[in-house]
Amino acid sequence: MSKRTFSIGGVHPHDSKISRGCPICPLPLAPTVYISVAQHIGAPSVPCVAVGDKVKVGQVIAEPGGFVSAFIHSSVSGTVKSIGPRPDLAGRPVTHIEIAVEGDEWADGIDTTDTLVTEIPSDNKAIVEKIRLGGVVGLGGATFPTHVKLSPPPGSKCERVIINGCECEPYLTSDFRTLLEKGEQVVVGAAILRQVMGNVPCTIAIEENKPEAVAHIREVIEKLGYEGIEVMEMKMMYPQGGEKQLIDAVMHRQVGSGALPISVGAVVQNVATALAVYDAVQKNKPIVDNSVTVTGECFPNQANLLVRVGTPLRYILDYLGGIPADAAKVISGGPMMGRAVANLDAAMVKGTGALLLLTEAQTRRAPESECIRCGRCADACPMGLEPFLLQKLSRNSDVEALEANAAHDCIECGCCLYSCPANIPLLDWVRLGKGLAMGAIRARAAAAKAAAEAAKK
Amino acid sequence: MEKLLVSPNPHIHAPVSTKTLMRDVIIALIPAVICSFVFYGWREILVMAVSVASCVLLEWAITKYMLRKPSTIGDLSAVITGILLALNLPYTTPWWVVMIGAVVAIGVAKMTFGGIGQNIWNPALVGRVFLLVSFPTYMTTWGAPQGVVDAVSGPTPLGAIQEGLMQGASVQELTSAFNYRDLLFANLGGSAGEACALALLAGFIYLCCRKVVKPWITLSIFGTVALTSLIFWGIDPARFTDPLFNLLTGGLVLGACFMATDYVTSPMSLWGGVIFGVGIGFLTMMIRYFGSYPEGVSFAILIMNSVVPLLNMWFHQKKFGRK
Amino acid sequence: MSSTIIWTIAVVTVLGLLLALVLYLVAQKFKVEEDPRIDEVEKAMPGANCGGCGFAGCRAFAEAAVKAPNLDNNYCPVGGNDTMAKVAAILGYEVKAKAPMVAVVRCNGTCAVRPRVNEWGGTESCAVKAQLYAGDTGCAYGCLGCGDCVKACQFGALSMNPETGLPEVDEEKCTACGACVKACPKKVIELRPKGPRGMRVFVSCLNRDKGPVAKKACASACIGCGICAKTCTHDAIVVEGNIAYIDASKCKLCRECEAMCPTGAIHGVNFPKPLDKDAIKERIKIRNQKAKEAAANE
Repeated sequence: MSKRTFSIGGVHPHDSKISRGCPICPLPLAPTVYISVAQHIGAPSVPCVAVGDKVKVGQVIAEPGGFVSAFIHSSVSGTVKSIGPRPDLAGRPVTHIEIAVEGDEWADGIDTTDTLVTEIPSDNKAIVEKIRLGGVVGLGGATFPTHVKLSPPPGSKCERVIINGCECEPYLTSDFRTLLEKGEQVVVGAAILRQVMGNVPCTIAIEENKPEAVAHIREVIEKLGYEGIEVMEMKMMYPQGGEKQLIDAVMHRQVGSGALPISVGAVVQNVATALAVYDAVQKNKPIVDNSVTVTGECFPNQANLLVRVGTPLRYILDYLGGIPADAAKVISGGPMMGRAVANLDAAMVKGTGALLLLTEAQTRRAPESECIRCGRCADACPMGLEPFLLQKLSRNSDVEALEANAAHDCIECGCCLYSCPANIPLLDWVRLGKGLAMGAIRARAAAAKAAAEAAKK
Repeated sequence: MEKLLVSPNPHIHAPVSTKTLMRDVIIALIPAVICSFVFYGWREILVMAVSVASCVLLEWAITKYMLRKPSTIGDLSAVITGILLALNLPYTTPWWVVMIGAVVAIGVAKMTFGGIGQNIWNPALVGRVFLLVSFPTYMTTWGAPQGVVDAVSGPTPLGAIQEGLMQGASVQELTSAFNYRDLLFANLGGSAGEACALALLAGFIYLCCRKVVKPWITLSIFGTVALTSLIFWGIDPARFTDPLFNLLTGGLVLGACFMATDYVTSPMSLWGGVIFGVGIGFLTMMIRYFGSYPEGVSFAILIMNSVVPLLNMWFHQKKFGRK
Repeated sequence: MSSTIIWTIAVVTVLGLLLALVLYLVAQKFKVEEDPRIDEVEKAMPGANCGGCGFAGCRAFAEAAVKAPNLDNNYCPVGGNDTMAKVAAILGYEVKAKAPMVAVVRCNGTCAVRPRVNEWGGTESCAVKAQLYAGDTGCAYGCLGCGDCVKACQFGALSMNPETGLPEVDEEKCTACGACVKACPKKVIELRPKGPRGMRVFVSCLNRDKGPVAKKACASACIGCGICAKTCTHDAIVVEGNIAYIDASKCKLCRECEAMCPTGAIHGVNFPKPLDKDAIKERIKIRNQKAKEAAANE
């Protein structure tokens, strides 16, 4: 079978998976953790503990602040020291719950053993409720609450569950290691997800640069004897793991502008999310940790670590020998879509999948020069947009033209700036333009809604 | 590390810059340049040297003393303009005419519009056409090749045919004087770049392999030229030249491979590029068959250059998930 | 020879006349009836087309002003009261005089007092910077220093001071059109009444963090201590969300708050004399003592 890929654009950065050989090992507990109440897309959670409270690992410390929101659990056992604003990795003040670590005592009812539980409960509603209570969010980057994704709006029908194991970002290896080391759990998680969505077929998509993972997962599926789950080897191409791109590659269906994947019958979950689903449903274990790749050519002690949520980033790096002198930038996530860390005292959140250290030479942007109209940005754009045009419109704040040219379809993958020979900061401007276009669309929708309501009255 | 460097994503960049792209184009032009040296000897070397040097110096001087901006000669685009201009001139062109061409190419066609990326017309072609209409004597006196290879002498094939047709001869008689193998491998009077079609094609294939340019524009020019001349030739072979002859003469290969594919002055979208190429091919053939100039590639490209903004406005890439 | 010249002149003349006729007929046919007062109002406008009034330009303002039943919602900040008086005269409306305004930068986090904690390597634009990051200092509220306001100002009234890293307003050139206010993603710039002879007092900080955090990020941040509000005898200062704000309409320019502010976040500008902190503190002390005595007597 020929390897599949998405139909428009894409780039081929060197995959640099230098930490692929490092097994996932747990990071010792930090003395203090800071757990953010905004670790997901949607409304921030509301703290439900008070300063001075004793908490255990896995105990709920913040409750959802709306439907699109998630439970947050303590990742350590200890005493709540403070609840208040603290700068996140971008330097913005966000409410954090500070917990001083005392021992490692888990809350009751959580199965902390390694035994594989393959029996899947039959009640789908109960499963989704368990996922909700487990605070599971999409760990592929967007941190969208999983239970919302698993409750499709009435009228839509899921036809396929896709487990995203592409890990198309260079350097990242945590999903790869998870597939190798926790393959059974991931496959059970996938089976749970496909059962919840109505026993639809399930595809585990893995990029071709991870042949070991492909072979291992195929073996596991055979061993566990699950039906309806297949492994699909994908072409190595960035952004293969983009939700819309992956659906296009696997199902040959394109999700429309502003539409959700379910509109074409797809539900996509990341590998780490599938593992979190397994933990939440089979072991009653909420998300308290995530595997984090710590890597970079300039970083000698590359590792894949299992890190508790709320651990300060500086603690993780110090554990591995500190930041080397020639590192200029620390990135949370991969080099294409990750965010540069402005504040090393920021704490790890559920969605943190990697810390990447790059040197000045690797990451410093070259000075911008004139556009030579080569069209490489448009060729690279996986959404079929024209970044050279959008950046100009954005600089002029031409909202109407931005919307007409679909600036709001941008997925911020970074292919345009990556491939621009003139080093024009395309994505910086397109992102700004996307914001303007989205604002206009939202304002119009709100106005239409208000008008409709007024008409009703 | 003192302070963390912070910037939005992406944090890495492809190993590509304007300079590397231009360097690839220069590498692709090397076979053609070498061929022109071999066929036309030291005078061609002189033309080339004067052309490249004046283009680069002029761009440097204009950016430094008139625009007061950082110099852009580092991106090598002026070198390419110089090489292309030289390849578009007969090797007998006096050095001062070459310099005037460079002044028009860089000074008028490129820097007046704001430098690289802003010009509407291909600078080298503007320089060439300016010289063609201003100094027709120098520009159409095609001396016989003087290089190390034995070569036939005389006017350009297209020029000879137009003259012959005016005197009442038929095309068959006239084309029989030319050997297509010679056309492919050079040895004809003409501008230096017309010397060896094969060398140009080799360079173009290199550019395509390095993904510097996409072949659509060039292929659609070749296709249109072949098709148009096939139709006319089929109607009256005594009046109109045949397709192969048209493909191999009059700088068509040079124009289609290196002038029409210039990033700045060609459309960005696939279909825009195809329309652009078809337009060039068709206009070239119309000028050749019905115009007063024997060769039409330069004019056709310049005319289509003017339409590029419109083509960019009309033709867009297909957007994901939209009809 | 002479006949050629005569012919040329004749042909060109006839052609010119014919075309003039065509132009005249076309102009007549496509003539748009417009209120002549629009042109008059437009002439009275400053002609900067800055959009400070909320319309696309001076012409658009003139059209709107002519259509509107009064001038309450149409005010040209650039031309100010003089222009509006002229407009009102043309249209026969009343116009309320407005206090002249000026753009005020409410951040005094200079490079010296607000250390940079990281280095920005992206596009030099405040809007781009503000999208993903809080800025390159520890303060998430202050000026980002990329000069979007300077680019937005078409009167050349704003400039970046390379020493402080903050924008400075040239009061002579500032027309209070508000373009900089719109351009600033952190809302650092505010339009405030210019005050008598330009004298005004304002809080030059927006940091909403708690005192110690704010102070750590910037030595001259407002720490929300409330001393200014307690000192003020005119009830002009409100401290809300760890930040003080001076209501310009109530402020009597006594400069007591400025003298008492522990971090120097309150700025008084254009006063003829420099601030004599000690004298003011002494004055307040005496006043407080008297008040205490009065209270004790009661």
